[in-house]
Amino acid sequence: MFKNFMNWIEYRMPFMEKMNLHVMQYPAPKNFNFWYFFGSLAMLVLVNQIVTGIWLTMNFEPSAERAFASVEYIMREVDYGWLLRYMHSTGASAFFVVVYLHMFRGMMYGSYQKPRELLWIFGMLIFLVLMAEAFMGYLLPWGQMSFWGAQVIISIFGVIPGIGEDLTLWIRGDYVISGATLNRFFALHVIALPLVLVILVFLHIIALHEVGSNNPDGIDVKVPNEGQKFENNVSEKFTFHEYFTKGGKKIIVDAIPFHPYYTVKDIVGVVGFLLIFCAVIFFAPEGGGFFLEPPNFEPANPMKTPDHIAPVWYFTPFYAILRAIPNDIAGAIGMFAAIIMLALLPWLDRCKVRSVRYRSTLHKVNLVNFVISFIVLGVLGVLPATPTYTLIAQIASVTYFGYFGLLWWYSKDEKTKPLPVRLS
Amino acid sequence: MLKKLITVLALVGSASVMAAGGPAVHLDKAPINLKDQASLQRGAKLFQNYCLGCHQMQYQRYSRTFRDLGIPDEVGMKELAFTANKVGDYIKNSAPKEDLARWFGAAPPDLTNVARVRGPDWLYTYLRTFYVDPTRPFGVNNEVFPLVGMPHVLQELQGIPTKVVEKHVVDGVEHQVTKFETDGSGELSTDEYDAAIADLVNYLEYTGEPTKLESHSLGIKVMIFLVIFFIFAFLLKKEYWKDVH
Repeated sequence: MFKNFMNWIEYRMPFMEKMNLHVMQYPAPKNFNFWYFFGSLAMLVLVNQIVTGIWLTMNFEPSAERAFASVEYIMREVDYGWLLRYMHSTGASAFFVVVYLHMFRGMMYGSYQKPRELLWIFGMLIFLVLMAEAFMGYLLPWGQMSFWGAQVIISIFGVIPGIGEDLTLWIRGDYVISGATLNRFFALHVIALPLVLVILVFLHIIALHEVGSNNPDGIDVKVPNEGQKFENNVSEKFTFHEYFTKGGKKIIVDAIPFHPYYTVKDIVGVVGFLLIFCAVIFFAPEGGGFFLEPPNFEPANPMKTPDHIAPVWYFTPFYAILRAIPNDIAGAIGMFAAIIMLALLPWLDRCKVRSVRYRSTLHKVNLVNFVISFIVLGVLGVLPATPTYTLIAQIASVTYFGYFGLLWWYSKDEKTKPLPVRLS
Repeated sequence: MLKKLITVLALVGSASVMAAGGPAVHLDKAPINLKDQASLQRGAKLFQNYCLGCHQMQYQRYSRTFRDLGIPDEVGMKELAFTANKVGDYIKNSAPKEDLARWFGAAPPDLTNVARVRGPDWLYTYLRTFYVDPTRPFGVNNEVFPLVGMPHVLQELQGIPTKVVEKHVVDGVEHQVTKFETDGSGELSTDEYDAAIADLVNYLEYTGEPTKLESHSLGIKVMIFLVIFFIFAFLLKKEYWKDVH
């Protein structure tokens, strides 16, 4: 009966065929480590944001008069409204945590290198849209930080010569941040950007499955069949989709089917993630003032500036670069360049060896430099700009961009270690 | 324009950090216990009697307070809700907002979320560090909120407080200790006053997040479930991966 039903479907739409191609018979390298959890976790958080977002929308009122009060209504009077709201607000921060770790994984193991450039570009587009999505979502509760944070970020666009002021006017839909801004941000936040995000995630996965997953060793698991033999090749036990073996022209080495092996493994990752995520939601939903900032429990007041305005933590590395550069226009360019540099990594890195495991000591040191610069900038972006902090931010900005410059320079003739033939 | 904005904000920021006393003022730890319903009830009573005249709690309903604090609706309506007609009303006053702003220099803020904005320790210290200062319009100033616009509403409980700065010399180094002493004209002793403020701050902490206790009790169940789930998920993974290793 069920078989007949499936056949009926299959005849009209290749459902099982596509499931096999992308899930049951998709070859994934067998040596994925801890860092490979964050892709599936990002998808989990995306689903969390969409589902909790839908329910929040049912009671949220996007107007300057009612936005703050309706959030309080959700928090106090909607059944489990507080839980939905905390899942959504904590989810926003969790999204950036997993995405930053996911991106760092790509940098460590050279996952952006040929042939995965387009995959990386889709990822960077997801990151950009995610930042826009988070920024617009943060305005919606209409608290003091919502208002003043948006004020600062929108004014960044004002530095563009000639069109800057008109551009900020166009973004706000008003001379100041007002109900008009709130309404358009709501529209973009709940439908336009999530739609783009979902499409980009779809393209990201299609691009991934075309070129195959990279792995901590950075070597290929699909090799041309030249009649060679591979000892103890676990892949021989499994059936992979014909699309990947190309009718025997390729041999699959040390890869295993995504399902069930990585589905059961990702469940462990998901539950591990949920342990931390739920601990925050239930016991520290403000995230120490970083996920929900204290001034945001006060309604937006254009006449009263909060004591200290800092963007939410996930923007602070880029915000610190903006502040560190004394010139307005140069600061804004520097901030955007910091993101563009990441997108250019596939072409800045000219080394043929992907994984940090087999690259030069200089590269390892440089990667550590990148991590430290990024974290230092992130911390400084939260703090007020005193002269000392500004100086440190300037140094960290130089070392941040230095990562990319150095990488371009030494990667051409980098002294790498010999690559293994098989996955370790 | 942008740099100007950031600079202005930084200046305003540092100025108001100074205005709020800055980090230099030591904040006393507020003894918060959300499970102590008697304390919350006393806090609610203080709020209704001393705060609601000027401040509102416009996001919280009487019914919610009564339910969470274990107060029967009829008792609550009679003893606490002086200005409300229905138990489902929000905790509001009928004070004229424009006049309040004119009298005090700024409209008294809504207090529903004040504990989440300021933190309970700040509130606990603030309400205990008013002191006589003849230069101020209401004759009082405040240690953690200098030049505060609010009069010392709780004076009839605390008495008239004065700020005493004592200087001690220990090992040749001078230390300053700031103390707040009252003239004893209040209805309460210092300890009783501190306890009353603790009740009030406890209540404000509750109204900031009325779901906190529910969140903690649900959270523990969720965490226990996840730990058990984690064990099974891990064992399942191990079982499957036998084929690979």
